[in-house]
Formats: sequence, C-alpha cells, structure tokens
Amino acid sequence: MSTKKQYELVYIAAPEATEEQLAALHGEVEQVVGRFQGTIDKTETWGRRRLAYQIGRYKEGIYVLHVISGSGELVKELDRRLKVTDNIVRHLVVRVDEELAIAEHRKQRRQAKTAKRRIARGLPAEPTAEEKMRHVAARGGDGPDDRLDEAEI
Amino acid sequence: MANGFGGGGGGGRGRGPKAAGDKGPRRGGSGGGGGMFRRRRVCKFRSEKIDYIDYKDVRLLMQFIPERGKIQPRRLSGTSAKWQRKLQLALKRARELALIPYVTD
Repeated sequence: MSTKKQYELVYIAAPEATEEQLAALHGEVEQVVGRFQGTIDKTETWGRRRLAYQIGRYKEGIYVLHVISGSGELVKELDRRLKVTDNIVRHLVVRVDEELAIAEHRKQRRQAKTAKRRIARGLPAEPTAEEKMRHVAARGGDGPDDRLDEAEI
Repeated sequence: MANGFGGGGGGGRGRGPKAAGDKGPRRGGSGGGGGMFRRRRVCKFRSEKIDYIDYKDVRLLMQFIPERGKIQPRRLSGTSAKWQRKLQLALKRARELALIPYVTD
C-alpha cells in the first residue's frame, strides 16, 4: 500500500533486435513486475530513434516506455535484470508519482484561482469557446486590441 | 552550533544582495558592450503555465540546449530558479537516455 509507487521505465533495445527478441524483453519485464505484485499501467513503443550520441557501437536504438506501479524492491530487481540483459543498450527508471501529484495540484490550484477571478468579474467560470478563439488570435499578433476588449467587458 | 547558526544567517543575508543582483546581468550586459542580445526576462514555464517538465519531451528540452550542447544558464533564458532546477534534472535524464547530447562539436 504505502509501498505502491509509480515509476517510469525507459529502455533502449539494440537496433538489430528482432520482433521476437523485443517481445521477449517485454515478457521479462512483465514477469518481474508480476512476481512482485506490481502492474504495468502503460506501455509505449517509440520505435527506432537516432541516439544523440554513440553508445558503444550503436548509433540508433529502439525505445520502449513502461509505466509501472509497484514497490521499490520490484524496481531494484528490474534494474538488476535489465543491467545484465544483452539486448538492452541502456535503461532508466524514474519515480514519477510524487512529481505528477505536485503538478496536478499546481494545475488545480491555478484553475480554481482563475475560476474565482472570473466569477468575481461576472464571467462564467470556464472560458467560452469564443474567448479561446480570441486568445489564439491574440497570440498571433494584435494582442493589445484584444486585451482592451476584455478590459471593457 | 553557534557557528552553524552564524553561517545560516550569513547565507540568508548573502542571498538578499544576490537576489537584487539578479537583475544585474542585464545592466552589466548592456554596459559591457557585448550584450547585443535582448533578453527575454520571463520564465517560460511560468508564463506558459507548464506544470511538469517531462524528460521525454525532446522538443521542449532542446529549446534550452544551445548549439554547443551545454545547458543554457538561466541568466540567458530567464527561467526562474525553481524551474531551472526542475529543467536541469529533466535535461540530465534526457541526456542519459541519449535523447539530447552531452556535447556537440
């Protein structure tokens, strides 16, 4: 419970890995996660991507992202296994739940504040579609005019 | 104990003038003659209401990587201290994954 944490795992598989080898890697991750009673929340395959710098003899790699919920022990084991796996050029595990929660909190606070301000000015809490359009137009160029309009309202 | 407290106080005091001097580089830059750049003194993350810097968002991160591959200092980018710290972490994670370079020459 308290040990449930969310992590993001990104690994770079060797570019010459076949479909089966990639599936095997996925299976390995799944197996470790399953053994520690964790869950894979999301899997994303970015596909073949050029590396920003050469790693060993590789200039490109196949990127795979997993979002995993589980305990610290799970990650420890996963990390150890990935380190010794041949087909993996590099991997990174990052804990994300805390940061994302903070970001979400920040977003909600800002939205609440905006809504309050808007209600104080006698506007509906959410910006209307028309206002959004005007915002986009203002970003494009003639900003001062639009801002004047809003001030008058 | 007393020493530690004094050090803390000194740090606190030292921070005051430093914060005031934060606007200094702009003056110094224009006075130095080399500062032909007009600096945007706004934090991108505050003004654009970005709540979370994702280390996987290469498009965003590359804006803070000048040609050489170094991390752009906040005196040039205008990023606030709080967001520069978060940005730094995201950039370093991205570097580890070879999404952005350590150096380019």
